Order: sequence, then C-alpha cells, then structure tokens
Amino acid sequence: MSNDATLHSHQQELTHGAVAHDDHGNGHEHHHEDSFISKYVFSMDHKMIAKQFLITGIIWAIIGAGFSVIFRLQLAFPDTAFPWLETILGHWAKGGRITPEAYYALVTMHGTILVFFVLTAGLSGTFSNLLIPLQVGARDMASPFMNMLSYWFFFLASMVMMASLFVQTGPASGGWTAYPPLSALGDASIGSRIGMDLWLTSMALFVVSQLLGGLNYISTILNMRTKGMSMTRMPLPIWSFFFTAVLGVLSFPVLLSGFILLLFDRHAGTSFYLSELFVAGKALSNEGGSAILYQHLFWFLGHPEVYIIILPAMGMVSEVLAVNSRKPIFGYLAMVGSLFAIAILAFLVWAHHMFVTGLNPFLGAFFVLLTLLIAVPSAIKVFNWITTIWKGNIRFTPGALFSIGFVSTFISGGLTGIWLGNSSIDIHLHDTYFVIAHFHIVMGVSAFFGMFAGIYHWFPKMYSRYMNNTLGYIHFWITLVGAYCIFWPMHYEGMAGMPRRYYDYSSWESFKQFVELNKFISIVVVAVFATQLLFVFNFFYSIFKGRKLTTTNPWNATTLEWTTPIHPGHGNWPGEIPEVHRWPYDYSKDGKDFIPQTVPVSPDESKH
Amino acid sequence: MQAMSVQRKKIHPHKYSLWIAMGSISMMFIGFTSAYVVKRAQANWLAFELPHIFWISTAVILVSSGTIQMAVKQFKERNMRRYKQLITITALLGVVFAACQCFGFAQMSNHGLPLSGPVSASFIYVIVGVHMLHVLGGVVALLIMFARAYRTRVRVYSPVPIEVASLYWHFVDALWIYLLIFLSIAR
Repeated sequence: MSNDATLHSHQQELTHGAVAHDDHGNGHEHHHEDSFISKYVFSMDHKMIAKQFLITGIIWAIIGAGFSVIFRLQLAFPDTAFPWLETILGHWAKGGRITPEAYYALVTMHGTILVFFVLTAGLSGTFSNLLIPLQVGARDMASPFMNMLSYWFFFLASMVMMASLFVQTGPASGGWTAYPPLSALGDASIGSRIGMDLWLTSMALFVVSQLLGGLNYISTILNMRTKGMSMTRMPLPIWSFFFTAVLGVLSFPVLLSGFILLLFDRHAGTSFYLSELFVAGKALSNEGGSAILYQHLFWFLGHPEVYIIILPAMGMVSEVLAVNSRKPIFGYLAMVGSLFAIAILAFLVWAHHMFVTGLNPFLGAFFVLLTLLIAVPSAIKVFNWITTIWKGNIRFTPGALFSIGFVSTFISGGLTGIWLGNSSIDIHLHDTYFVIAHFHIVMGVSAFFGMFAGIYHWFPKMYSRYMNNTLGYIHFWITLVGAYCIFWPMHYEGMAGMPRRYYDYSSWESFKQFVELNKFISIVVVAVFATQLLFVFNFFYSIFKGRKLTTTNPWNATTLEWTTPIHPGHGNWPGEIPEVHRWPYDYSKDGKDFIPQTVPVSPDESKH
Repeated sequence: MQAMSVQRKKIHPHKYSLWIAMGSISMMFIGFTSAYVVKRAQANWLAFELPHIFWISTAVILVSSGTIQMAVKQFKERNMRRYKQLITITALLGVVFAACQCFGFAQMSNHGLPLSGPVSASFIYVIVGVHMLHVLGGVVALLIMFARAYRTRVRVYSPVPIEVASLYWHFVDALWIYLLIFLSIAR
C-alpha cells in the first residue's frame, strides 16, 4: 500500500463533483449534480462556506450596530422618550426610555457581537475560506468536512447567542469581557442569570468553530500549495490569514480554559475567581478566589484577539492597494516580517489591559516596553502601504478607497495606542472614552474598512457580478467622515475623565459639558448606520442584479484566483491547477502592466 | 486523474491538522496549569497528596500506548483479526483509565476534598477531568475505527486513520504524564 495511492484516493474525495472520475467505468466526463441542500446549506465548497460566513456576519453586524444606535440614543437624549423603543423592546424600554439593565445588556452584546461574531467569524471566516484555496492553488481546504463543521459550529453559537437575547432576564450584561464576580454570580444582576450561561455556551461553541477553521487554514496553507507556490510567493493576504489562524489556534483554547473555570464557579460551588463576597447582605461561602486570575486568562486571548481581527484586514489591504496602484507591494519581506513580529508580540502584551488591577509596577514596565515595541512593525506596515501607492497609477475603486481609508484610521487609532500602552498615562485614561475611541478606530473601523475593501474587491469572484460603484463611493465617504466625527470627539471626553459604560452622564457635574457633544456623536451614528444599510442593500441587490462579469480577471491582477472561470465550480479549476512561476506583485514591470503568477519568467526579464 | 495528482503533498493533511490540534489542546492545558501556578502563589493554598490510584491509571495509559502502536503495525501487515483485538484492548484500557480517575475523585471527595472545597482540590478535578474527556474522545474515535473494520461493503486500506488515532492516543498519554509530574511537584 503506497502512500501515494492513499493520497490519491483522498484527492478524489476532495474534488468530488468537479472532476471526471475514472473509476466509474463509463469513462466520459461525469458531473455530480449537487442538490439544493448540499450546494447551499451543508456545502463543503470553501467558496460557499465563505459566503455563509459573510452573510451570517452581515446579519450580526446589523444587529450589533443597531444595538449601538439604541444605546447612543440613550446617551444623547437621556430625558427624551422614544415610544417606538417600547414597541420593539417591550419592558426593556418602559415609557420609551431604555432601562439601565437594558443599557448594560445592549453595550455587552454590542461588544460581543462585533468583536467575535462579525470581525472574527465574519471577517477572517469569510476571506480565509474564500481566498486561501484560490490564492495558493488548491481545490479546497485540507479537510472540507471540518471546514463545513466550522461554519455550523459558528451557526450554533449564533443561535444560542440569539436565543439569549430573548430570555426573560435578558442576555449577559456584565461587559463583553465577562469579568467575575458579575459573570460568576447568578444573583449579581439579572443579566448574570440564564443569559450569562447562554453566553458562555455560545462562546464555547464559537471557540470550537474557530479551532476547526484555524486548523484547516494552517494545514491548507502549509500543505496544499500548488507547484511553484513557495511560501515567499504567496500573496500577502495568505500570510495574514496564516498568522491569524496561528494566533487563534494558540489563544482561543486558553480562553476556553478560563470559561471552564468560570462555569465551575457558577454551578459547582468552586472558588477559582470568587473570594469573600456579600450579595444582598448575605455572605457567600466562597473564599480565596482571585478575580484577577480570570482577567489574565481572558486577556491572554483578548489581546491576540485584536490582532486576529486586524491582521486579515492588513493582508487584504496590502493586496488591494498593490493591485489598484499598479505597483508591486513595497517591501514584501518586511510586510511578512512585521506580520510575524506582531503575531509574536501579541502573546506578550496582555497585561497592558490590567495596569489598574494592582499589577506590580515593575512587571508593568515590561509590558509597557513590549507594548510599545508593537509600534515598530505597525509603522513598517504603514510606511510600506504609503510607499506602495506613492506615485502609483491609482484606480480609485471602492475597494481601493476603503484600503486607503484603512491606512488613515489605522494611523490615527494606532497612535493613541502609544499613549495607552504607557502605564502611567493609562492609569488616568483606563476605562474612559479615550480607550473607546482608541480601539474603535484602530480595530473596529479599520477592520471594517479592510472587510469592505475585501468585499468590494472580491465580490466579482464570489458572485460573478460587480457591486454598484456609485453606492460604494457614497458608502465610503459617509463612513470615513462619519467614523472620525463619532470617535474623534470621544478622545476629548476621555481625557476629561468621562468613564465608559455609564448610563446617564447628564447627572454628573463634570460631564455636563459634553451633553451637546454626545448629541452630535449620536446623530452621526444614526447617519452612518443608515449608510451601512445602503451597503447591505447594494450587496444583496448586486448578488442578483449587479453588472455581470464578462472577463475572468476584472482588476488585471496577477494572483491565481483570477485564473479560475467566471463561475468556478467545486474544485476551482476545470483542468489542471495552474503552476506558479513568480511572486504575486509583478505590476508595471518591463513595460507590461501586469504579469500573472502563472507566466514563466522569460530569460530577458529584469530582476526585481 | 492527472488533474488531481499535480497537487503536491508532503505529510498527509489530516495528520498535519492533528499536530496543530495537539498544539491547541496543549495551550488549553498550559492555560490551566498557569492558572494553577498563579493561584498557588497566593495565600491559603492547601497542599495535599494526589490519590494513589493515579499511579495505576498512569500504568494503564502507558500500556494502552503500547497496544495501539501494535495495532498500527498489525493493520499495516493486514492482520485484521489481531488489529481488531488490539484496538478493542486499547479502547478498554482507555475506559479503565477514566474509571481510575473517577475513583481517584471519589477518594479525594471522601477525604474531605470535594469539588467545591479548597481551590487546590478544585483544580485537580477540573484539570484531570478535562484530560479524561480528551481520553474518552480517543475511545470514541477507536469505536468508530472498530465499526469501520467490520464493514464488509467498503474495505479500508489506508493506514492514515489508525495512524492519526494512535498519534492522538500517544499525545493524551504524554499529556497525562506532564500533568502528573506537574501536579506532583507543584503541590
């Protein structure tokens, strides 16, 4: 039994339905017709799974962002009643004002949904699935079945989280970080009851989904590259998905162990996180636990998590910028090296979220140093993006605009990270709106921009149609200007000491000055949210009615995904998988606009 | 067929995925044991001796690693009867291992160290318990292999599934040795 034959039979499974099988005995071209269920529901085609992740992510994004609109209304107009709120939220908004409990639930779910369900599953789930096999030249993932399971675990996690929104005591409401004791004691608040259990169940399922997905991404990238596709010939999105998957596979299990201990504290009477506590005047039997322990376990995931969110965006932006400025990416190896450096440092900085927990200042100094070190690879990347578009022949497609917007927000959000990384400044700014402004710009808005760039750029590959450009431009400009209008003022509120997660600032003498500013922010939020709905309309309308793709390579790009047919089947290439002869960034070389990766290097070609 | 054989492969993707999964599972236990170290450095840590039966379970899981290795060898030589016997023995040893761990829990509980007792005991229950679940996961995998070996319509000649299963089995074995040494030293 040779190993070759084993692999051979495995490949047959992989390419099921796309390629002629010679063991059917009838010899002629034979296609399996997929049923509706196997094509659209329990699909094992990475391209369909990518679409499933994307559309589920879009639904979650509308819900999560919708929650922020509702709590921003409370912050802007704390004394005004909105009767329609009572219509949709019932007893959570008695008389048209949301209750404090509802406010905390909305804030918590906004964070959970956006961080995990949209920017982790929706972003890297979509594009890792779509692009890894297409850009490395593989017929599908290493294990298409596990890939399908990854989506369906995400779907289950989504269903449980969705169910938690409808239970009588409401969803989890102790913040997206679920710190004990609020998350460990069912009696601590109404959101700590069944809602918290459902939150933990959903997150455990989510971790499983991420691990199944991540295993596949790593193993596909390392094992399934086509002939000639050496690691240093991989397009940058693939490198970014690779490091993202490594981060996820190594950090999500630690979060899971933190959650397991939390579940025992909630239901088995253990005292991992709970120490001498009084609830409603009654002393609890727990003693000796450490709430800080949870924070360590949580942030050991939590910090890599922000890079899990931003790295895929970085990779896709690199690709979209190079394609649309018709220039090679500047400093390819520096880009890969900085991704690697960020991935390593991501594991060594978690305690900068915990400077105010009584952390030893001597220890804190190390975390400050390591945190500030991240500025170096980040700056290298920013420099390389700017030099990539410098003197380029830029095509301002919506994808390119969102990529440029990404660089802008990444700079302005990243710089405030240097402030917060210093423990002495952080002690003043911790848990204020300054932090909110920082991470929303650098990780929320930037990651969304990267995601939008990816959607506009690869939409033709996903649906064989284009999205509407005019709507895309409207979407871009309102979102860019709106994002700055929303988050820039929050820096000032934060510097003035305005804490996050308060229900009503108008009753505080120190923060009354911000009443009008809060109104301004909230009005912009409504406008930006409406613009996102415009994008969603554009997305779904274009799936069915968008301008049809007439060429396989609409952007004149060099990478392999554009060598597949306009409607690629399961298996991606109808014939042989193309062989790769060069790196993916041969733009404007030797008088040629672009040279695809599949073109052999000719002897008289100049060296890079 | 040539359309498919152009895809280059070095190591079977399923084995590769398992290596990554083992890294991932290790991180989970590193998470647990780091939490243990942090907690141990704080006040009111109660040290106690591990249940003696854990040494028996160690012997059991070590033997089972041997039996599954022999099963792989028999499979490759197509001695299917011996192969079926060996994976059955391995799965049974896995169940015995889990039973020993549960017995250890009962011993601890009887000696005034229940799950909700001192946190040092709670850690043992959780860490050993989660490891036990991983062993039982391996048992389920072996049961599936067993059912496959009895299929008459489809015959499996690829050694990859049993190789993957044995690699995982050795991994949970090694993981247990690590945990045992860790929990014995860092009491």
